[in-house]
Amino acid sequence: MTAKTLYDKLWDAHVVRQEEDGTALLYIDRHLVHEVTSPQAFEGLRLAGRGLWRTNSILAVPDHNVPTTPQHRGQGTAGIEDPVAKIQVETLNDNCEDFKVNEFLMDDIRQGIVHVIGPEQGATLPGMTVVCGDSHTSTHGAFGALAHGIGTSEVEHVMATQCLIQKKMKNMLVSVDGKVTEGVSGKDIVLAIIGKIGTAGGTGFAIEFAGEAIRNLSMEGRMTVCNMAIEAGARAGMIAVDQTTIDYIKGRPYAPANEVWDQAVAAWQNLTSDETASFDCTVHLDATTIEPQVTWGTSPEMVLPISAEVPNPEEEEDALKRNSLRAALAYMGLKAGEPMNTIRLDKVFIGSCTNSRIEDIRAAASLVKGHKVADNIKLAMVVSGSGLVKQQAEKEGLDKIFIAAGFEWREPGCSMCLAMNADRLESGERCASTSNRNFEGRQGQGGRTHLVSPAMAAVAAIKGHFADLNALSV
Amino acid sequence: MEKFIIHKGLVVPVDRANIDTDAIIPKQYLKSVKKSGFGPTLFDDWRYKKAGEPGMDHSQREINPDFVLNQPQYQGASILVARENFGCGSSREHAVWALTDYGIRAVIAPSYADIFFNNSFKNGLLPVALSEDSVEQIFKSMKTMDHYELSIDLEQQSVTSTLGEQFDFDIDSFRKLCLLNGLDDIGLTLQHKDAIRAYEEKRQRQAPWLFS
Ligand code: SF4
Repeated sequence: MTAKTLYDKLWDAHVVRQEEDGTALLYIDRHLVHEVTSPQAFEGLRLAGRGLWRTNSILAVPDHNVPTTPQHRGQGTAGIEDPVAKIQVETLNDNCEDFKVNEFLMDDIRQGIVHVIGPEQGATLPGMTVVCGDSHTSTHGAFGALAHGIGTSEVEHVMATQCLIQKKMKNMLVSVDGKVTEGVSGKDIVLAIIGKIGTAGGTGFAIEFAGEAIRNLSMEGRMTVCNMAIEAGARAGMIAVDQTTIDYIKGRPYAPANEVWDQAVAAWQNLTSDETASFDCTVHLDATTIEPQVTWGTSPEMVLPISAEVPNPEEEEDALKRNSLRAALAYMGLKAGEPMNTIRLDKVFIGSCTNSRIEDIRAAASLVKGHKVADNIKLAMVVSGSGLVKQQAEKEGLDKIFIAAGFEWREPGCSMCLAMNADRLESGERCASTSNRNFEGRQGQGGRTHLVSPAMAAVAAIKGHFADLNALSV
Repeated sequence: MEKFIIHKGLVVPVDRANIDTDAIIPKQYLKSVKKSGFGPTLFDDWRYKKAGEPGMDHSQREINPDFVLNQPQYQGASILVARENFGCGSSREHAVWALTDYGIRAVIAPSYADIFFNNSFKNGLLPVALSEDSVEQIFKSMKTMDHYELSIDLEQQSVTSTLGEQFDFDIDSFRKLCLLNGLDDIGLTLQHKDAIRAYEEKRQRQAPWLFS
């Protein structure tokens, strides 16, 4: 038998039919659905008189458009002020009712960002194919699953057939060797990877993240890494199953139990790349040299360690690149040579499907404890990834730490990650954000986003500017 | 998807080149949650005097009487003729949805933008490419009579007019097959229903936890 990568194994296990032209019909085990990319798909089914192929494969939740302020949330969909957003959420509710789809409604404690709740519920399992009409579906690959985003036509296709028409991607291995220093998180690791391979480095590949530093991450950290695979151009990122994976899943509501659990665990042991498997491309990073990262530009690859200085576009030889660096600095309002740790901020956002899990909130809280948000910070907010994350944090008293420091403690949702609800940056405002995209206008027109880890965001909120992680202890 | 075998209908001439998808359906309507209902806002900027917003009652808006779609002799048209590079610009599938929702079943033009061309086939809209000369002749003939109809025979790959003119066209055989049989991607995949079921049965025995 030829040696296989994890991706090869996942792919092979899901091929329903292989065509001669290289396309295959790939079976989908789990379909996650949210309000923005699903309405036309449901409508398409209706117009064609089609039903869902397998209703229990779908889990739906509104997340992008939901308000995160407690007073608005208390009113259900009536609390959504933007009429268009409100209709989108109501449409999801109606569609799920009509098609009998399992949906966590806005006031359900289990509601949250689609990529947080799937794993939290045990709805994402090793060995699965997972799709969602959202590019950050790569998150679920942390469980040794094949997970990627799809478009609205494909959402409808999966709803109606349980399959996708796909061509196989190439295999890339990203190995992060050695141990990271204390305080360096999954976010820093993945930003360093994107800084190294670039935002198109993974295009056409499924990336497997491996190496000691990846194995040492918790599931939360692994999800953060896979979440941003798409920011490196790869639709899918994944990590082999190990005991950490299995321990995380055990006992979750949708996870198998009893003898089926044992059977599943036995099958999951095989979800690793064979030792002699070959990859089309391999990249190595030395974990020991990775520092906390901060993006300075308008693409996730424009990233540097906190100890660095804003780069000088004039030193770039390639004219095209030079222009894009210049444009990024102009948009970001930064000067070449400015030390990263002096960049002053207006807002701080801790949340998004990248960094809104309990471990992220704990990491930020441990630094915030006993401090106050700096005067120049107009808004610092913590938006949990789900109702259950929020509940857990409150049980641990973390909400009190944030509130005492001057943070706002919000209800779960996508919030200021894409500013589709009322949480956004005003033009020219600068934000330390734990989300995944620093594109122009992503957090509000003219807004300036710096991507960082929760710990870095916490320190920035207290200091009023970016600073090293130990800045608060001196 | 609706089959396309032979379609006979009234023709409306939109005598412009490079009609982009922004013109076909302006951006403010993309917030919609529907794939249907775009008909009243097809060519919105050209069709009405003032810019529209989603949620308006479009039947109450002041129309631009000069735009062909508003002229009485073209009411009920189901075939649209235009000049080259039809459907250029943004990739929005909403442009195709607006045309079909309005009642257009086929477009005739010398050439199309790629994405629009692909999107059309996914939605049962036939984009017929005829030579510039043939398109020119159709535009001319339309001026000579009031109720100019075309009959498009996909099987024969030919277009015949009320005046007896005939034009032949080329089409990729796979796309032709899909349209003739009303097959979209989903329809095609569903031809393999049995394979999907067989896969599910086998898989359920191996990994029952994936199916609960
Ligand atoms: S948190 Fe941001 S990236 Fe994640 S699903 Fe929501 S909008 Fe998309």
